[in-house]
Amino acid sequence: MSTYFAGLLADIGILTLGALSVYIILSTGQLSLGNAGFMGIGAYSASWLTVEAGVPMTLAVVIAAAVSGVVGVIVGFPALRLKGIYLAMATLGFGEMVRSFFLNFGPTGGAAGYHGMQIISVGYIWAWTGGLVVLVMVLERSRLWLGLRAVHDDETAAELIGLDAVALKVGAFGFGAAMAGISGALFAHHHLYIEPSNFGFQHSIELVLAVILGGSTIAPGSIFGAGLLILLPEYLRFLADWRLAAFGTLLIVILIVRRQGILDRQLYRLIGFGRAS
Amino acid sequence: MLLQQLINGLTLGAVYTLIALSFSLVMGILGILNIAIAELFMLAGFIGITALMAGLPFPLALAAGIAGATVASVVIKFVAYDPVRSSPVITPLLTTLGCSIIIQNVVVNYWGSNPLQLPFEFLGERLRYGPISIGSMQILVMATSVASVAVLGFMIQRTRIGRGLRAAAENRDVARLLGVSAERLTIVAFALSGVLAGIAGVLIGMHYAAITPYVGVETGLKAIAVMVVGGVTRIWGALLAGPLIGIIEVMTIAHGGSQIRDLVVYGLMILILLIRPQGLLGGRSSDTGQRV
Amino acid sequence: MTGETLLSLDRATKRFGGITALDGLSFNVTQGEIVGVIGPNGAGKTTLFNVITGAYTLTSGTISYRGQSIGGLRPHRIAGMGIARTFQNIRLFASMTVWEHLLVAQPRGNGWSHLLPAAMGDKAARRRAEEVLTFFGLEDLRNRDAATLPYGLQRRVEMARALTAGPRLLLLDEPVAGMNADEAEELKSLLVALRDQMGLTILLIEHDMSFVMTLCEYLFVLDFGSKIGEGTPTVVRRDPKVLSAYLGDDE
Repeated sequence: MSTYFAGLLADIGILTLGALSVYIILSTGQLSLGNAGFMGIGAYSASWLTVEAGVPMTLAVVIAAAVSGVVGVIVGFPALRLKGIYLAMATLGFGEMVRSFFLNFGPTGGAAGYHGMQIISVGYIWAWTGGLVVLVMVLERSRLWLGLRAVHDDETAAELIGLDAVALKVGAFGFGAAMAGISGALFAHHHLYIEPSNFGFQHSIELVLAVILGGSTIAPGSIFGAGLLILLPEYLRFLADWRLAAFGTLLIVILIVRRQGILDRQLYRLIGFGRAS
Repeated sequence: MLLQQLINGLTLGAVYTLIALSFSLVMGILGILNIAIAELFMLAGFIGITALMAGLPFPLALAAGIAGATVASVVIKFVAYDPVRSSPVITPLLTTLGCSIIIQNVVVNYWGSNPLQLPFEFLGERLRYGPISIGSMQILVMATSVASVAVLGFMIQRTRIGRGLRAAAENRDVARLLGVSAERLTIVAFALSGVLAGIAGVLIGMHYAAITPYVGVETGLKAIAVMVVGGVTRIWGALLAGPLIGIIEVMTIAHGGSQIRDLVVYGLMILILLIRPQGLLGGRSSDTGQRV
Repeated sequence: MTGETLLSLDRATKRFGGITALDGLSFNVTQGEIVGVIGPNGAGKTTLFNVITGAYTLTSGTISYRGQSIGGLRPHRIAGMGIARTFQNIRLFASMTVWEHLLVAQPRGNGWSHLLPAAMGDKAARRRAEEVLTFFGLEDLRNRDAATLPYGLQRRVEMARALTAGPRLLLLDEPVAGMNADEAEELKSLLVALRDQMGLTILLIEHDMSFVMTLCEYLFVLDFGSKIGEGTPTVVRRDPKVLSAYLGDDE
């Protein structure tokens, strides 16, 4: 495998996890525009652990996930008060605050960025991505996940039929944030150099984009969207200077034609992957 | 010193106010976050500087920037808003993001990705009053902003279409009762939003005597914070919030290092969303938004 | 078990701003009965359901269920104690099939089985869903998106969903609205069967007088948030206060 394709594959794996983090939170109807912030927390904590504390990579990833997850739960509680575009704007603010925090945080290099990490292989990245995608695909067939979807569809009704909407929404935030943390940890050890601007608004929106393009109602949509987002600009290379404009146009067209994303439950059933339980 | 910072903060705040008003016109009336406003502002900055470089006087350069941003804004309405108007808020957010990508790409291809610098001094003289100095440019920025807001205020308070806009911001069904067509209101909202972004873009371009294709996002996000602090559905809240955030920024840079400012600004924004979603100015509490 | 008080309200009052929706309402529901709540529009009937299930908290007064106060508990806790409900304007989950509706409301059960794919783990949950599915005659529709079904069937799915939660007390908000006479008759025997076979207590709001009078064993009449009458259908029918409350109503 050429390094060029290995690089693309690694990017897809990392972006898939970031997209999944948005997907999980979105499954309860909460739109987060700040998940790159959770990625940043994971990236910086994992890097610090492997570089300064000599913690083995896998353990560092797990700890990074836990740290991001805890922050996610902490963010999840105030998030309960907000809905829709207001929640989106608040999470956007959170993401910018995290970026700004690392810009000022000396121990991890501040504006100068942070480096010294050991590189990880594409196989290692995909071991995480593959495992976590399978985990989410198993979970999303569970009754627990039906609860998340119930909260997404009608939160009041969900509570009145006995679902703990608070626990489900906060839990989803924590789980999603942990997922983003893992994505960030892998990102840092793939690129070997991180700086706060890696984890700003534009990255957050890229994660949302991957989910919405790929399909926001099922987990495989995240892989598909991540692949699309990484590969499309490559395939549009022949357009040279205009490839971004072409990408933007394609994005608008896809959203107009299929607002639920390219993959959805119906299509999934049709091609025979999803069992009709 | 304090007074000097106040003036610098007000200049910055004036520009934030204009962009926040631009966001809030579309948000208040249609309930969508038009991300592309950040790039309209950048586009107008490029047009304005280019016009000045071509020897046009300031009013014409301003008009050219406004025209560019307004046309682009109305095009966005037809391309990225109309086809998805019935979908959840996330969809128009991303279609307008698509427009941002396109606008940025066009600008980079046309002007290049390096900053476009104004090669000559424009309104460079500074007026001194004891320890305070005000650039003529600062005066121009503030005067133009105040004039624009005054004209906008007149339109919204006194004209029929303005009453329709106000009614629609309060309640989207009331506007229909007033007999103003929803389609016309939507076009006017996008056009006015473009005008404001255009003015802000030209002003900021001239203020810094330079502009880059990547200036949009950072300033745009700040303007969203201003809109929120002022109260999303309260268009005039931005008049207070813009200068306030401008001054807070300048003050934190002066006292806490330049990078603390984003923590303060976005922290304030989140705080407002949580404890006072109707914005600083208050009034009855606004809706907490539709579901995604 | 029959004869015991299952649900009891004591001077329950709910105000919204200046409007008093429930005004010192007191009543007891006896276990194993089918009880109707009637009254003109705006009498506070749906508010009553909302305070029982915890959607609203009372301004003053108490609600107790099986001798335990449930005022101020969060809705999911109250549902977990065995009170399930349907909604006046059907509230099904837009993304779910009929089958998924029957799995989502069931209590978590023991261990971690609810984390496994529903088609593999959670045998008890599937068995329960299967039973309810059969009971409501929805077997052929299990993979249909519930929200696309005709009105009458949607009401059934809602009732089935409520039942899978394993309630002792079932609250039905206008269960026959939009149903024709045959469907209403069918529903009536279904409800009687639920009580007889599963020992459920049923509290229902209904405007269809012939339905209420022939099904319910006991009635409460509400007007302006207060109880203006109660008793068996025969008694209520002759109550002059009830009659006058209904005179101005086009019901």
